[in-house]
Amino acid sequence: MWARSGLVGNASSLHASGRAARRVLEEAREEVAAALGAHPTELVFTSGGTEGDNLAVHGSWIARRAAGPGEPHGRPRVLLSSIEHHALHDLVPALVRDGAVVDRLPVRPDGIADPAVLAGALAGAAGRETAVASLMWVNNETGAVQPVQALAEACRSAGAWSHSDAVQAVGHVPFDFAASGLDLATVTAHKVGGPVGIGALLVRRGVSPAPIVFGGGQERGIRSGTLAPVLAVGFAAAVVEAVARLEEHAARWRRLRTRLLDGLAGLPDVRPHLPETASPSLVNVAFLGCEADDLLLLLDAAGVDASVGSACTAGVSRTSHVLLAAGLAEDEARSTLRFSFGAETGEADVDTLLRVLPEALERARRARGATFGSRR
Amino acid sequence: MKVLAAMSGGVDSAVAAARMVDAGHDVTGVHLALSRNPQSFRTGARGCCSLEDSHDARRAADALGIPFYVWDLSEEFRVDVVEDFIAEYRAGRTPNPCLRCNESIKFSAVLARGLALGFDAVATGHYARLVQGPDGVELHRAVDPDKDQSYVLGVLTAEQLAHSLFPLGDSPKSQVRAEAAARGLTVASKPDSHDICFIPDGDTAAFLDRELGTAEGAIVDADGTEVGRHDGAHHFTVGQRRGLHLGIPAPDGRPRYVLDISPVTNTVTVGPHEALAVDTITAGRPSWAGPKRPGRWRASVQVRAHGEPLGCSVEASDDGVRVLLDAAAHGIAPGQAVVLYDQDRVVGSATIDSTAHRAAA
Repeated sequence: MWARSGLVGNASSLHASGRAARRVLEEAREEVAAALGAHPTELVFTSGGTEGDNLAVHGSWIARRAAGPGEPHGRPRVLLSSIEHHALHDLVPALVRDGAVVDRLPVRPDGIADPAVLAGALAGAAGRETAVASLMWVNNETGAVQPVQALAEACRSAGAWSHSDAVQAVGHVPFDFAASGLDLATVTAHKVGGPVGIGALLVRRGVSPAPIVFGGGQERGIRSGTLAPVLAVGFAAAVVEAVARLEEHAARWRRLRTRLLDGLAGLPDVRPHLPETASPSLVNVAFLGCEADDLLLLLDAAGVDASVGSACTAGVSRTSHVLLAAGLAEDEARSTLRFSFGAETGEADVDTLLRVLPEALERARRARGATFGSRR
Repeated sequence: MKVLAAMSGGVDSAVAAARMVDAGHDVTGVHLALSRNPQSFRTGARGCCSLEDSHDARRAADALGIPFYVWDLSEEFRVDVVEDFIAEYRAGRTPNPCLRCNESIKFSAVLARGLALGFDAVATGHYARLVQGPDGVELHRAVDPDKDQSYVLGVLTAEQLAHSLFPLGDSPKSQVRAEAAARGLTVASKPDSHDICFIPDGDTAAFLDRELGTAEGAIVDADGTEVGRHDGAHHFTVGQRRGLHLGIPAPDGRPRYVLDISPVTNTVTVGPHEALAVDTITAGRPSWAGPKRPGRWRASVQVRAHGEPLGCSVEASDDGVRVLLDAAAHGIAPGQAVVLYDQDRVVGSATIDSTAHRAAA
């Protein structure tokens, strides 16, 4: 019975359960593509955002680095913004090791890439040597919405492929792949309330990143590996819902964001980072004079979830490269937390945060640099 | 109470945290990241800096259902413990880094941060007992003499002890392991740590060579006659016998020991065992585990980790202590701590500056 449902079969198999799985998978593909403004043949399922980012950038560079048919001079260069997720930020050493020329695109103090600087970075010879340029759509730490249309235009003039990590964009800001003009965009299911373990790379027709894992040649030979129809169904349901309810959610998030920012305004030495264009679902704030780690511990104990930049494998939090790229001093970056709103977040949650924050903040500030005993 | 449980990833600190939970405390686990570049994998050796250890600590916290965080104290550890360790060897002394870590990191930086964040105490898996006495909390030896760690806690002040909890002090080690297994903690069979955690391969000499370089110098006997060469005075500890590689045998054919290390001239002095005998120890930077004890009084003293307690009289002042041993002892190295006991109770401690033999003087 399970086999005939199409949820557990192998979509590459030719027998009945395989056909059922294939049908489920293709229906999910059509639904996800339609919700994202893409054609179903433009959608390559992946395991999530990290794989999508790696496939888009590493795969495009591999496909275009050397001279070949339709590519008389070869394109050894990759342009990455300085605020990319670790899925791309930490790809840089591997790209350099493999011989890529990697340039980083700076951002303004509000965390947004300047379209004129972007155009300059892709002008002339540098642009002709660029395989792919990547600028994330909405930054996961600051919420800054980036000028991805400007990226797409600059890349088109240069003949480079454009990629955007849109993991934090779908369901948070209006997203339309066709209208964006992008060649490649990465999305993932769990950021829109779907299951962890599936995502997609949207690939415009005529654009063909090289595979970075090898095997059965699924997903048009770009991404080998057996796909999980059950995850694809969950992905489709979540993304359809998230896109359909975007305006409703966004209106609520804007109210919550205003409420939170108004509440923070009464606290001493608290500095919200407010990009000119920002996702409504995220507030990034520096609590000057304390370690964000300490504040997180205290808020956690009071039932409020907050986030810091990221942690290394051992669990030590790392100073955010995104905040440093926006020109923040190390101290301010280390004092920065972010609060995200989800499908369920309401006024009461913001009020809880604002109620527990003053005492937590005072304690966290006292904890910094505190010493005890005979420490020399 | 709100208790901060320092969780190294070993069996002792996991059981200590579990006992705090059982006692009804509101417990939060913290693992201290002490190395800037944690080793991804290590076999055999155990310490407190590896990825495996932070993983094990986290899994123990999961099993106990308590919040868990990793605190990065690598900068404090580098300055207060590792650099102190290197500087002490450079000065010809023999430091005890675990004691420095307790003094400067676990019961200072961590305790201060914890108290400021609203915790009442820090709990660790050390084997020692805290007993409520007439003048406040007292530090006593653990009931398991093989595991007793009161020596490395001897540097703690009364104020620090008042915010410390050692839930294992009444238990033998075997019982702690059995308890860990019964609780389903995955670290139940994990080997004990013995090495210095920031020297995971256990090769202290090679570590010091990298930090201090090698410098050839003379090994001389008591009258200054050169009897051998060495490639770095930091390879030696007072009382050491092995590894001298002397070319010239002693006149009496008996083994020789390191008597003194002079970093200025890079000279190591050796001599017979009886020349190691000392009965007077001068030690500085005293700390008191309870009220200060100036004046002259009777005590027993321990001069190294796992050493036997020695009967003595103590002359104490604000600057330090003079320890007059009842009987001469051998191989007492400057840089190590003297921990002073009244029976099983720790009275205080100080760092050995010099030694002498009254009879010989």
